[in-house]
Amino acid sequence: MPRPFTKLTAIAAPIMRTNIDTDVIIRIERLVGNSVRGSLGKWAFGSLRYLPDGSENPEFILNREPYRQAEILITGPNFGCGSSREGAVWALQEMGIRAVIGSGFGDIFFANCFQNGILPIVVDKEIVDGLATEVENTQGAGRIGIDLQEQTITSSSGKRHSFEIDPRRRTGLLEGLDEVSLTLQRDDEIRAFQASDRAERPWIHFARKSA
Amino acid sequence: MEKPGRTLLAKIWDQHVIAHVSDDTDLLHVDRHLLHDLGGSRGLLDLKSRNLTVHNPELTFATPDHAISTARGRAGTSKIGQELLAGLRTETSAAGIAMFDIDEAGQGIVHVIGPELGLSLPGCLIVCGDSHTCTHGGLGALAFGIGSSELTHVLATQAIIQRRPKTMRVMFEGGLPFGVTAKDLILALIGHIGAAGGTGYAVEYAGSAIRDLPIEGRLTICNLSIELGAKMGLIAPDEKTYDYLRGRTYAPQGEMWQRAVEAWRQLPSDPDAAFDREVVIDVEAIIPQVTWGISPEHVMGVDGHVPDPRAISDPARRAAIETALDYMGLKAGAPIIGTPVDWVFIGSCTNSRLSDLRAAAEVARGRKVAPGVRAWVVPGSETVKRDAVAEGLDKLFTDAGFEWREPGCSMCLAANGETVPPGQRSVSTSNRNFIGRQGPRARTHLASPATAAASAISGAIADVRMMEP
Repeated sequence: MPRPFTKLTAIAAPIMRTNIDTDVIIRIERLVGNSVRGSLGKWAFGSLRYLPDGSENPEFILNREPYRQAEILITGPNFGCGSSREGAVWALQEMGIRAVIGSGFGDIFFANCFQNGILPIVVDKEIVDGLATEVENTQGAGRIGIDLQEQTITSSSGKRHSFEIDPRRRTGLLEGLDEVSLTLQRDDEIRAFQASDRAERPWIHFARKSA
Repeated sequence: MEKPGRTLLAKIWDQHVIAHVSDDTDLLHVDRHLLHDLGGSRGLLDLKSRNLTVHNPELTFATPDHAISTARGRAGTSKIGQELLAGLRTETSAAGIAMFDIDEAGQGIVHVIGPELGLSLPGCLIVCGDSHTCTHGGLGALAFGIGSSELTHVLATQAIIQRRPKTMRVMFEGGLPFGVTAKDLILALIGHIGAAGGTGYAVEYAGSAIRDLPIEGRLTICNLSIELGAKMGLIAPDEKTYDYLRGRTYAPQGEMWQRAVEAWRQLPSDPDAAFDREVVIDVEAIIPQVTWGISPEHVMGVDGHVPDPRAISDPARRAAIETALDYMGLKAGAPIIGTPVDWVFIGSCTNSRLSDLRAAAEVARGRKVAPGVRAWVVPGSETVKRDAVAEGLDKLFTDAGFEWREPGCSMCLAANGETVPPGQRSVSTSNRNFIGRQGPRARTHLASPATAAASAISGAIADVRMMEP
């Protein structure tokens, strides 16, 4: 069951590079196994966050205060492109991230965020860049406010921006709804569809190995 | 008033709507759910922990590919890889799901076996917990990758909630120039519209070059849709599609086949169908492609020069190129051709089918891999492997100094521990040149099987058109 998301005022870290892919967010070998969850936070952004000898890269923003406390990421274009690995969202979540703001996200990453109670917000690039600049001007101290009910972002200097979100996704986040149980409430409809589809497209439903 | 024309996407989509969930979002029926070793047992265990059962095990199919070793006898599969394989066996068997196990016909990379077994069909809605599920669109299926939560949802309900994407049509027009393959076409498109150019779209590929492509080439085209940002890519089915599918293990037979083909003939986009975006690519202007950076959009013709960040005025783009060149260890402005390589990988769901291996073999025939280069050929499936062996391709490759391996994902994403060592340079027929994709600090250049084989022989990035006959 995802944790509900309503309002958040938090430290935000700008990671503005274009095309940060889900391999960069979490390497695949950290996701091999059925009990990887809970151990991923420290491996998020591993290739950026650690030097080849394993020590922290002091240049990387999430290794610096106050950004270590960030609960919001301000991201460059096409953040979360690439692989469907939901582990990318788990890794962000386990390092304390609750919302990501960018001009565009990888489609599958975007969907995976909602499944885990993380709010991905799409706004124009100028707004994203403005939020990042303001945060940088305060050395990260200026907090960003997000209100999902009102659909607004408040920059660290108090500028308000509204954002669009699919109403169904919004309700799901506000209430922390579990999609599986919601869909199972419609199982009669699923079974009715299958019954009529079996007559129309039997080759789909009776896939048999031919001799 | 005449009804407006409908797209291939709209026809397949509408056929699968169980219920409208909101204005632009529907609950869709899933016709085929493919599971692999990395996420399959996790999903089935997740379901069990919620006291739920698999809604339609007969529409669910599994195979190990990601985490198994591709060494002979699967030697070197990690302990966790073995646990995932054992888990997939136990959980699919308990749920009544067919699994194609190692050494059996049917095992292989999930996006190679779906089409090969006739599980993937035109008009079919296919999902899998893997972003390259778009591959199956090459047969006229609506296929896309999903995350772990959605995977559990599909197991429990045989349905998925999706927002209807925008539509884009890409027309590839003209005849393929010498040395140019499906891989080069799609890489060129990614270079043209960018790695986010397809975000939010389902992309239909059309035009004379697509019609002329054999099915395996169409699968390669659709495979890289996600590298455009589009999680769905598809090509209208035609006679080639039906010829490819006829008689395949799970394809409909007899009268059922006739009925199916009749229905599939209705699927292509109507001539007056409108798309949200149209792109036209002149195929005759394309030459063999190779990537130079850390995103598939960092691509150019093999005769090109590595970009020079000093010539770029936009600071964000300049910084992106500097980062890429630094990671890749390339000199600004240098020709890409002749860049020495350490590894060559021929495989992955992009380019591991029989026609890919034949194309690489044509280049390798009678030649030798350059000293110091390790070159792997990893067939996409057990069936591809057997067919290739029957043609003697395994011997041809090993005689030329390539390593011939067992089917699996292998070095494409290095989930099984098969990695390109840190700092080493690889030419790979796979789909992602991301930072660390083939192993920590590995440097990947994406290219076609022919270009990869030519580079193995030359010991450096090579133009296959320049290979002496």
